[in-house]
Amino acid sequence: MGSITLRNVSKVFGEAKVIPSIDLDINDGEFVVFVGPSGCGKSTLLRLIAGLEDVSGGDIIIDGQNATDAAPAKRGLAMVFQSYALYPHMSVRSNIAFPLKMAGIDKAEIDRKVADAARVLNLTDYLERKPRQLSGGQRQRVAIGRAIVRQPSAFLFDEPLSNLDAALRVNMRLEISELHQQLKTTMIYVTHDQVEAMTMADKIVVLNRGNIEQVGSPLDLYRKPANLFVAGFIGSPRMNLITGAYAEAKGGKTVGIRPEHIGLSKDAGTWEGTVTVAEHLGSDTFMHVDVPGVGLLAARAGGEFGVRHGDRVYLTPDESKLHRFDDKGLAL
Amino acid sequence: MATTHTRSAARLMMAPSVILLFAWMIVPLAMTIYFSLLRYNLLMPGTEEFAGIMNYQFFLTDPAFFDALSNTLILVGGVLAITIIGGIAFALLLDQPIFGQGIVRILVIAPFFVMPTVSALVWKNMFMNPVNGLFGWLARAMGFQPIDFLASVPLLSVIIIVSWQWLPFATLIMLTALQSLDEEQKEAAEMDGAGFVSRFIYIVLPHMARAITVVILIETIFLLSVFAEILVTTNGGPGTQSTNLTYLVYAQALLQFDIGGASAGGIVAVVLANIVAIFLVRLIGKNLEG
Repeated sequence: MGSITLRNVSKVFGEAKVIPSIDLDINDGEFVVFVGPSGCGKSTLLRLIAGLEDVSGGDIIIDGQNATDAAPAKRGLAMVFQSYALYPHMSVRSNIAFPLKMAGIDKAEIDRKVADAARVLNLTDYLERKPRQLSGGQRQRVAIGRAIVRQPSAFLFDEPLSNLDAALRVNMRLEISELHQQLKTTMIYVTHDQVEAMTMADKIVVLNRGNIEQVGSPLDLYRKPANLFVAGFIGSPRMNLITGAYAEAKGGKTVGIRPEHIGLSKDAGTWEGTVTVAEHLGSDTFMHVDVPGVGLLAARAGGEFGVRHGDRVYLTPDESKLHRFDDKGLAL
Repeated sequence: MATTHTRSAARLMMAPSVILLFAWMIVPLAMTIYFSLLRYNLLMPGTEEFAGIMNYQFFLTDPAFFDALSNTLILVGGVLAITIIGGIAFALLLDQPIFGQGIVRILVIAPFFVMPTVSALVWKNMFMNPVNGLFGWLARAMGFQPIDFLASVPLLSVIIIVSWQWLPFATLIMLTALQSLDEEQKEAAEMDGAGFVSRFIYIVLPHMARAITVVILIETIFLLSVFAEILVTTNGGPGTQSTNLTYLVYAQALLQFDIGGASAGGIVAVVLANIVAIFLVRLIGKNLEG
């Protein structure tokens, strides 16, 4: 059981309204990702749900119970922190056992649960080590282990992968997704990395300045961004946003076209431009093309598309994939 | 990094200061050992002669020596207990956000800046004096007989005065340790269901272990040689009730003019201090590793 509902939740720090008012439903078993640029209030929102910060207004309902004023430990949630927050003087075993020990569970039961968690997370050989003797990924797993032994109704992850190197991050991303498949427990995951959001989430909540910009599945957000902010945030490289005559002609104040929806040719096309930067990734080539009258556009081509800085190329947008936005930035 | 050439050059350039420091330590030590083997009394100049271990025999069989030894250990232990428990308590209080935090912190640290003789005199005359002191006045106000602290509980009085001086130091070290505790660790413990007491025992106290070790080691070094507080309050008395080793050596040298005996006492004190140091490092030194 792990449904969480936020009703008009707001948070004010002194003068600063970090979160004006948020309504959100999280269903049992969902993997929800809060994503947004730094300072958008996503971590604050997570801490409000965890109970580490007091709400300034509104209600937090967990499993049908109003938990707005409940102590963090009483909410039945477990959190994995960005710094892992392992207890440095305790062994891995004691770290994982700590929440159970605090709950007053008997020794044999604790040992069994710790052994189970260690097996799931491949930590069995490291149980007697201290956190400082572990690698980043192992520490991360210990932090997750400490969370799963409590069998919480929901997991909260606060940018858990941001301290790991790129290769390890991809691995841990998969491991967390697998863990979610195994446990079927609600997970709320905060990140600023839209790749993490797209790959892991059942439901993405895009936040900006404390407001929810859009809620939806990763592909919903990719295909139908509700506004300019989401359009610019989801997708990598960013969607090209074009204003001016071309946009007017297509019936919007601004139109957006993703780099992967622009056809490239060396001979003919809608726009002619000069390559300013070409990034060869092997499988793909990302090009930044300066098109007079339209602006700087990013476009994606296959890895074999050999161009260099200063070459002339022709771009043709796939007009069926065009996104139109009105003067308030909302999708038409 | 360091080639053979730079290493030998570095040795050469460090040599003068190392030699100076070594001489600074070894010359007084050698002289003290030399004096301790002489019959050397200032009242009988010119009669110095080699006396073997006689000075040691006298010093170690002096009943005052055993009093001084136990007084020294009680003084060190008592002050350590008070300053560490009190220091942790003050640090926990000062870590809370309060109005006027800066001023309160300066006030707490202030006693450390007061020189030992001054603070001892303030305590002697303004607090512990049975007639004029604050404690005497309080006792009378509540209808009790005032206690003459320095006469009836001299060692405790010295412990109180020295603790008052060292409490700020302990508080300061503990406070910095407390502030270096990762906020997320406390929050994690809170989410794990640890209440205030559990958080203190399982998270805060282990985190402060190193700071506590530092306080114990540094304070022990200074507390073994407490002198000024005793000189201006009890003069080691009544009898030898508040005489510690340092004071006994002083009494031997400058009250009885027996330089030989005092030197022997000094060497005994050095040996004892080293025993305490080895004991402490064995016991708690591992906290400083890693």
